[in-house]
Amino acid sequence: MGSVTATVAPPTGAHVTPWFRTFGAIAAAGFRRHATYRQAAVAGLCTNTVFGFLRCYIFLAAAGAAGTVAGYDRAQLATFVWAGQGLLAVIAIWGWTDLADRIRTGEVAADLLRPVHPVTSYLATDLGRAGFAALARLVPPLVIGPFFFAVYVPRHWATVPLFLLSALLAVVVCFGCRYLVNATAYWLQDVRGPMILWTLGSGVLAGLYFPLGFLPGPLEAVLRYATPFPSILQVPLDVLVEREPMSTGLALVGMQAGWVVVLLALCRLVQRRAERRLVVQGG
Amino acid sequence: MAEGGSAPAVAEGGGALRAYRALLGAQARSQAAYRTSFVVDLVGNVGATVFDVVTVLVIFGVTRELGGFTLRETLVVVGLSSCGFATADLLVGNIERLPRYVRTGLFDAVLVRPLGALPQLLLMDLPLRKLSRAVFGLAVLLFALGSAGIDWTPGRVALAVVAPLAAVVFFASVFVLTATVSFYWVDSGELANSVTYGGRDFTSYPVTVYGGWFRALFAYGMGFAFVSYHPALALLGRADPLGLPPWAGWAAPGVAVVAATSAALAWRVGVRHYRSTGS
Repeated sequence: MGSVTATVAPPTGAHVTPWFRTFGAIAAAGFRRHATYRQAAVAGLCTNTVFGFLRCYIFLAAAGAAGTVAGYDRAQLATFVWAGQGLLAVIAIWGWTDLADRIRTGEVAADLLRPVHPVTSYLATDLGRAGFAALARLVPPLVIGPFFFAVYVPRHWATVPLFLLSALLAVVVCFGCRYLVNATAYWLQDVRGPMILWTLGSGVLAGLYFPLGFLPGPLEAVLRYATPFPSILQVPLDVLVEREPMSTGLALVGMQAGWVVVLLALCRLVQRRAERRLVVQGG
Repeated sequence: MAEGGSAPAVAEGGGALRAYRALLGAQARSQAAYRTSFVVDLVGNVGATVFDVVTVLVIFGVTRELGGFTLRETLVVVGLSSCGFATADLLVGNIERLPRYVRTGLFDAVLVRPLGALPQLLLMDLPLRKLSRAVFGLAVLLFALGSAGIDWTPGRVALAVVAPLAAVVFFASVFVLTATVSFYWVDSGELANSVTYGGRDFTSYPVTVYGGWFRALFAYGMGFAFVSYHPALALLGRADPLGLPPWAGWAAPGVAVVAATSAALAWRVGVRHYRSTGS
């Protein structure tokens, strides 16, 4: 992890161009690193496919004879499931403990010496990883699903670009949440508790186990407007299956962008507080 | 691992048992040492099984029946599945870590001791924190059995005892079977998950929910239909919409024995095939 960022030349001036070059180099390194785990990608893809079948059949059974449930028809449910299985790997909702591990071992001190802010450098790495996952993990389920189920194809031309933007924002929102969960290690040392809460909560609250529309109205509204979870999975998928009219879709993606700003600011704040604490410990 | 020191003393049968008990005791002590972490784990682990059940409840919030089964009937299926899975996960679930044991060379250390490799690995890493899930799974099963309006006969009482045990054996076999793949392919962790956790999700619903070759493969090819679906039908006294006779519910122990035998065989072959990483 650390060696990746260490190879990047420090920015020489206050210009924007070197910053972008640095960001790009770190992202590219993240992409390459994950492109080497090809066997793991294949194994993960198999798992996503099995769960795609399971969830698809279960949701279709919930739609029953009527053929619609919570505002989704059968084809929309199928697209929701298969795109969701792909997106799951792109946002890397589970299993990221890089930061927490480095905090526990003290290696994080090396990150602080680098000229790039830790939040920025970890985000760049994560975007590189997500780029590889988009090719290796998002595309296959989108190809496999239609072979076995009637899927929904977006009707509006703007839907696919909006979905891609929404998916990108979802990656950053998920990264922000994971960073915050990992950063509790600065205070707790042992992050198993927060990690368990995150693993349990994120799947249910993001709309993986069931579309949040299945929940009673008020509960869904609270989740939707007061928490970042739907922005991780539910929003991009709803955009893709055109559950709401285009204007609502745009508003939802705007809300995702809002969460991106809030979460990244929070990450930086938490990081700064933690660094002060580290100095006290080290002194 | 400090427990290795007791190995020479176990030449006779009674000694082996004492060695296993020492392994288990060391595990219990080390896990209880960090009390807060242990309590957090204990509470957090219930969550996974709670959400399995919540998911079923939420889906029944938007539909009255699933694959021709009501919520009460489906809960019997869920109860058998989650009780069986959570208990098997507690007892042998940590065999999932086999790829790491192989990579770090710990597996070599296990093989040179004069004890069975599989029991050693399981006792060295028995995740006591998962106890909470197993208890919750059992509670769901008891609640489901109590509220489903089952017409109890001596036969059904016996089945209600035997079926969860068979489910535990079956899931435990699946854990071991899928773990042995990592003797051949170290990166197979996620592949194993698709069968273990996929199997758990599959058995949480009546198999009538699924269709086509996917159902044929998971339900009858791999035998998952006999974990919860067919025993539940027999307990509820319902005919199988797919046409299997009522005695299929009683096939669960037989299927579990077949699974356990193949798991034992696969483990033996896998250990023989194992070559140390040399690191």
